[in-house]
Amino acid sequence: MALEPRTETAGAAFSPAGLVQGLLRRFSAAARKYRLEWWILVVGLVVILAILCMTLFPWLFTHYDPLDQNAGGQLTAPSRAHFLGTDNLGRDIGARIIYGARTIFGVAMAASILSAGIGIPLGLISGFAGNIADKVLSLVMDSIYSFPGLILAIAFAAMLGPGVVNITLAVAVIYIPTYFRLVRGQTLSIKEELYVEAARAIGARRPTILARYVFPNVIATVVIVFSLNIADAIVTESSLSFIGLGLPAGLPDWGLDLAMGKNFLPSGTWWMVTFPGLAIVILALGFTMLGEGLAEILNPRLQEY
Amino acid sequence: MKRILHYLTARLLLTIPMLFVLLTLLFVVLRVMPGDPVSAMLGGHAPEWVIQQKKLELGLNKPIGVQYVEYLGQMARLDFGRSMIFDERVTKAITDKLPATLELTFAGLALCLGIGIPLGVRAARRRRTANDFTIRFFANVFYCIPVFWMGLMLQMIFGVFLDLFPISGRTGSRVVSGDFDKTGFYLLDTLLKGNVHAFGDVLLHLVLPALTLGLVLSGVFVRLTRGNMLDVLKSDFILASRARGIPERQVVYRHGLKNAMIPIVTMLGLQFSALLAGAILTETTFSWPGMGRLLVERIYLRDYPTIQGVIVCYALMVSVVSLVVDLTYAVIDPRVKL
Amino acid sequence: MATPVREPILKISNLSIAYPISIGTVRAVEDVSLTVLKGEILGIVGESGCGKSTMGLAILNLLKPPGRITQGRIEYQGTDILAMDRRQLMALRGPQIAMIFQNPLTSLDPLMSVADHFIETIRAHEPGTSAKECLERAAAILVDLGIEPKRLNEYPFQLSGGMRQRIMIGLALILHPAVLLADEPTTALDVIVEAGFTELLAALGKRYNLTVVLVTHNLAMVAEVAERIGVMYGGRIVELASAEEIFARPLHPYTQGLIACVPNIRLEQIELNAMPGSPPDLVGERNYCSFHPRCPYAMDICRSQCPSLETIEGRQVACWLHERKA
Repeated sequence: MALEPRTETAGAAFSPAGLVQGLLRRFSAAARKYRLEWWILVVGLVVILAILCMTLFPWLFTHYDPLDQNAGGQLTAPSRAHFLGTDNLGRDIGARIIYGARTIFGVAMAASILSAGIGIPLGLISGFAGNIADKVLSLVMDSIYSFPGLILAIAFAAMLGPGVVNITLAVAVIYIPTYFRLVRGQTLSIKEELYVEAARAIGARRPTILARYVFPNVIATVVIVFSLNIADAIVTESSLSFIGLGLPAGLPDWGLDLAMGKNFLPSGTWWMVTFPGLAIVILALGFTMLGEGLAEILNPRLQEY
Repeated sequence: MKRILHYLTARLLLTIPMLFVLLTLLFVVLRVMPGDPVSAMLGGHAPEWVIQQKKLELGLNKPIGVQYVEYLGQMARLDFGRSMIFDERVTKAITDKLPATLELTFAGLALCLGIGIPLGVRAARRRRTANDFTIRFFANVFYCIPVFWMGLMLQMIFGVFLDLFPISGRTGSRVVSGDFDKTGFYLLDTLLKGNVHAFGDVLLHLVLPALTLGLVLSGVFVRLTRGNMLDVLKSDFILASRARGIPERQVVYRHGLKNAMIPIVTMLGLQFSALLAGAILTETTFSWPGMGRLLVERIYLRDYPTIQGVIVCYALMVSVVSLVVDLTYAVIDPRVKL
Repeated sequence: MATPVREPILKISNLSIAYPISIGTVRAVEDVSLTVLKGEILGIVGESGCGKSTMGLAILNLLKPPGRITQGRIEYQGTDILAMDRRQLMALRGPQIAMIFQNPLTSLDPLMSVADHFIETIRAHEPGTSAKECLERAAAILVDLGIEPKRLNEYPFQLSGGMRQRIMIGLALILHPAVLLADEPTTALDVIVEAGFTELLAALGKRYNLTVVLVTHNLAMVAEVAERIGVMYGGRIVELASAEEIFARPLHPYTQGLIACVPNIRLEQIELNAMPGSPPDLVGERNYCSFHPRCPYAMDICRSQCPSLETIEGRQVACWLHERKA
């Protein structure tokens, strides 16, 4: 993305309204051409909104109680009464999926926001300040980044114990380096250009430059990474609960249900393992498509020929 | 040869600080974080003196600084102590299970590359065609599938419904245990012993778990290969090769893919980490007796030394693989300055 | 001046190349007809974007989509290159017609040594040749080019730009082609290397009995080495004549302008000459002379009709100033 012109009037060039306007313009241009990327974005958004509705208004989608063990017989196959069947404790699987959306959505979102909230400022500071602090911080972040994230999350979750907050923390930690590296990289390349300006600029203006010029250029990429990150966090969270590190057993959680269902698979009970997993995939795909679609529209690749 | 040694030394000097950071981080997680592992292990109602005695045993009541130094010393010697639950040395428990994990991980990697790279090349050569979009679509979809669910689905379809492959363990009941003592890598062992029947059995057991890992992570390689290939195929030397009448196939593979592979090799280190992580889930799904399943079991049992040992072992593996990958890169690319 | 009668070796007839883009179609080459004579050194001059490089690529059918050849034939020894199948094309590229490109720094595979490049090229057309023989031939040609044979074992990144360009020539000539196409071969090199290069090209042309088509925007280079010169503008050939005729008596106003732009080192010039205006827009059909906005002699007819290439006194020019009255 091109930098704003660095003249006196440039200060007014950046405004949230302007940014949104620019985005909308690009959005409608893409939409007008009915490009594939736009459709991908739309599908992603639709999926996310659908699941969001499930989390906010679950009663619209099902009348069963996910914790009710007397909903129907145990281990009944999908039928008209129970679209997705019941689990080994007689609970309606459809209800567990719909109510479970809350847990997974909430944890993934919260974890991503937390990661971004820590990683981005650290990246900005590290990139801008340089020197020893940058080197040390980069070393730490690179070490974490190269280590298998899930294993680190497992370590955290194991030591912190069960609970929604703990799980969120465990998942959040492993994504901090992602934001850090991204923002630091962008900051560094912009900093190169800014130092030329700095010779002329008054020293005190640097933090303003940081906020006004560095940040908006980075923000597009951050939004894209954020979306993809949530997809990843969804998968990580369900992996943790599959292993048994997640949440107390009562709370409906897709990973947990899959872990339970695994035990009944050899006997032919397929619905317990299929549907919660499918839900995970669809939700993760939704965020991935949102991210990929945005990426194409905001940073369009040069026509490849 | 000399330049490789130079490079190796330089890389080692880089690896050590990273390892150090990781170990410290793990130390912080495993000992400093809130949540007393000892009382958790013994159950909430153990009498205080029992807790204190256990802590003494494990050296957990010393000041944190002292613990840290002792910890580093132990890690350097690869001395992971003894399990809190079972009567065994942690190191032995790990080395018993390590080959199983490695066998699975490498099989997964092979499939990953074997599926991902050819598909990536195909997508690049037929860009913007139906082939390209379908391949990319599936690559993206597969990447969103949690490894364990892929495992479950494969189990369901090929194991339970079609009954083509076994769904748990490394070997079936028909095979004698004496066949596997040489290296721990069952595929190798059975071949060394010349036992074709056992080899087949082991292979069958490896198929679904390896496929699980391979399919899910191949998506990354599809995308990487495609991107790199597209970039490389635009290069001037590709045009120049065509102008000299070099057959298209040779241009694409010998010139194109070889050059495109270099960034892929550098990514291998990171992907290996992802494979190790995925292996934990796969081992749990398929009851594969490896380090991952060991980790999960011992977490459940609160066997704190073993947990620590396993995780540190993972850190070491990742560092070693990373080093090897970088070395390979230096050997392949003559331009790498040493 | 008696010149031996030369046969045509390459005949381009009514070639048109177009690229569709979002706002229309770029007609990069419009109805170009050109004959290359055996053994000559033909220079094609024009500014950036006039279509000359595109035409060069088309000769070996190396044009990549979305560029397409919309009409025309390119005949080599009687056969239309554009109608050749893959096998014929492979046999053509290298042993018959060879091409060298603009950027030597990126025209060699960075992962292969120079020797590897030669072995591959030779084996692609003469399979089964032993590595030893390939290397011998490669060494011989490198010597001709002024490079020590021991550099065969080096990788491209170890060689300078000028050297790499010579290696490209070596790779082009190793199969003894009849025609060498050189597309802006010295644009990426410094002037000293460039001067040596021009001499080299002329010498090689004689030694290997080559027909050379030199595409460049460098008028001076062409003046030194070419026997005939074709001037391109706006995707069309606007003038084609022998080198002496072009410089002694340029007919087309564009050619006149080009020559006038070259500063004379002997004269004391205060200002540099330049042609007013900017390069033409190549989008869409152009039923007018592309040069007319910049032409000091523009007439009404220039704006409404496109002049065709006419033969006058043994040379060709496309300009209403010189058209025979119909």
